[in-house]
Amino acid sequence: MEKAEKVMVKGTEAIGEAAVRAGCRLYFGYPITPQSELTEYMARRLPEVNGTFLQAESEVAVSNMIYGAASTGKRVMTSTSSPGFSLMQEGVSYIAGAELPCVFVNVVRGGPGLGDIQPAQSDYFQATKGGGHGDYKLIVYGPESLQEAVELTIRAFDVADKYRIPVLLLTDGLLGQMMEPVKFPGFKNLNTLPDHSDWALTGTKMQREPHRVTSFDLDPVKLEKMNIQRHEKYKTIVKEEKLFEEYKLNDAEVVLVAYGTMGRIVKSVVDTAREKGVKAGVFRPISLWPFPYEELGRYTENAKLFFTVEMSFGQMVEDVRLAVNGKKPVEFYGRTGGVVPTPGEVLAKLMELV
Amino acid sequence: MAYAERFKAPTSLSEKEFTYCPGCSHGIVHRLIAEVIDELEIQGKTIMVAPVGCSVFAYEFFDVDGTVAAHGRAPAVATGIKRASPDNVVFTYQGDGDLAAIGTAEIIHAANRGERITTIFINNAIYGMTGGQMAPTTLLGMKTTTSPYGRRENIEGYPIHVSEVLKELSGVAFLARTKVTTPQDVIKTKKYIKKAFYAQLNNIGFGLVEVLSTCPTNWGLTPIESMKWLEDNMVKEFPLGVYVDKVGDVR
Ligand SMILES: Cc1ncc(C[n+]2csc(CCOP(=O)(O)OP(=O)(O)O)c2C)c(N)n1
Ligand code: SF4
Repeated sequence: MEKAEKVMVKGTEAIGEAAVRAGCRLYFGYPITPQSELTEYMARRLPEVNGTFLQAESEVAVSNMIYGAASTGKRVMTSTSSPGFSLMQEGVSYIAGAELPCVFVNVVRGGPGLGDIQPAQSDYFQATKGGGHGDYKLIVYGPESLQEAVELTIRAFDVADKYRIPVLLLTDGLLGQMMEPVKFPGFKNLNTLPDHSDWALTGTKMQREPHRVTSFDLDPVKLEKMNIQRHEKYKTIVKEEKLFEEYKLNDAEVVLVAYGTMGRIVKSVVDTAREKGVKAGVFRPISLWPFPYEELGRYTENAKLFFTVEMSFGQMVEDVRLAVNGKKPVEFYGRTGGVVPTPGEVLAKLMELV
Repeated sequence: MAYAERFKAPTSLSEKEFTYCPGCSHGIVHRLIAEVIDELEIQGKTIMVAPVGCSVFAYEFFDVDGTVAAHGRAPAVATGIKRASPDNVVFTYQGDGDLAAIGTAEIIHAANRGERITTIFINNAIYGMTGGQMAPTTLLGMKTTTSPYGRRENIEGYPIHVSEVLKELSGVAFLARTKVTTPQDVIKTKKYIKKAFYAQLNNIGFGLVEVLSTCPTNWGLTPIESMKWLEDNMVKEFPLGVYVDKVGDVR
């Protein structure tokens, strides 16, 4: 293990370096703004650690290459931005169906369509409700800082391996482009990575029955059984893997709910609001799936109002409403198209509401 | 070689019965691939990628590790496997709908990268599994369920010549078009398949064998008529032969 060190890095590079330290030695990707630096970082970095980098012909190919590489049981990842992630959905559905561990990074930009290249949070539905076809789930993390991005990247590989599930780091161009001091953990010893020899495609070496990795069964009863088994696993994940942060919520009458970059911005809004005598706090979901419904719902007892802020037209607000379950009003403020709400305008909206 | 020895099932085939229609070439080609894997003694390190199409269950017919790719994406999946495990032997098995329509980008780029994988390409000029729709390889004038008036060049365009397109790509190490309608063809096809695997085993580049194949069921012909139809029509449109050979002489 190398000694932990604190260094100044750019967001995209922080995620790339964290992946390498987590034991990821395979990256397949296709350039798209605002995350091409991550692709470029992996192109430089992976050969230094005997890893493999490949620029594919399209994001469709990328996600299918990820499927192939993940089926060998090795740690593999890709990164992209919104239009690219849309194209990856084919592979994501197959990977989820075949229960393969791997990590996706979506540095979200303004959409729909080609949109723009500014930071946004408008891929929340696609990320958490299933962007591809079929009954499946991804574990989705929304980091608010580079330090958290590093930690969640490493965690992403671990939970992917633990549950054989694709994990998505959902972030945006703001985080991707900023520089912050980050403390990296040491390098994971590749020999201590989880053993997947009971299912991975490694060649039988004439010593065992063939392994067959697929997402399908043409017999509906058997397919239903596969889906039920997967959903049992999802239930365990919901129980075990929820992550969230609570900020100044002890006496809060207004609960601001926001994730990722926006979660960070609303913390400063709450600080200013408290100076003005408004008892506000922040509930910041870190795992967007599994979403911390019960944990957020508990605040319906003491809070008067919930206020969701997003860089979208309102997507996570639906999950907040589910958590609040009609017990208290849920207000929403958001900007879309790549416009980032300023602390000032969120504060103004908050003061209007209270 | 004694008769019984020659015709015993290849070790690389599983016990599972083929699901193919009588007179379909898929079965013959499966056996040839299995014989080649046996002879090269690579069964224990081979990983297969089956396609979407009639051969979607191919990964169960071979006694090797395997998976099924999304429609057309087998070359990308195989690329992922091979890059993750360069010591394994990876092959894809794909129909013409799979490889020449939805998967055109994937096959061209895998071939062009000289990906160390082997592709067996079954060209039966039609979509078999979905019930006989037009394929990119459907002949001009040929009737299918989605070209009920016969394929017209001004509406549906021309049959695509995959081997002729791929032969221009520098990453290709072995490329041949063949058929399995006569015993001589079968022997030749097996030799080609072996060479396509050698292209991978000897780290020379990408190998592909295009096999002109029958689909009696969707052509609406008997197995014997199908063989004749293939000889009379498909061979004219899709000339047989070796298009690229950087492998050289092998046993
Ligand atoms: C994305 C997607 N589109 C369409 C299909 C439906 N589909 C299944 S098999 C097939 C055609 C297969 O034809 P071919 O590759 O020529 O193989 P054959 O069945 O003739 O052996 C199609 C269109 C699918 N499974 N996935
Ligand atoms: S439908 Fe055609 S290609 Fe499919 S198994 Fe039957 S004969 Fe073969």
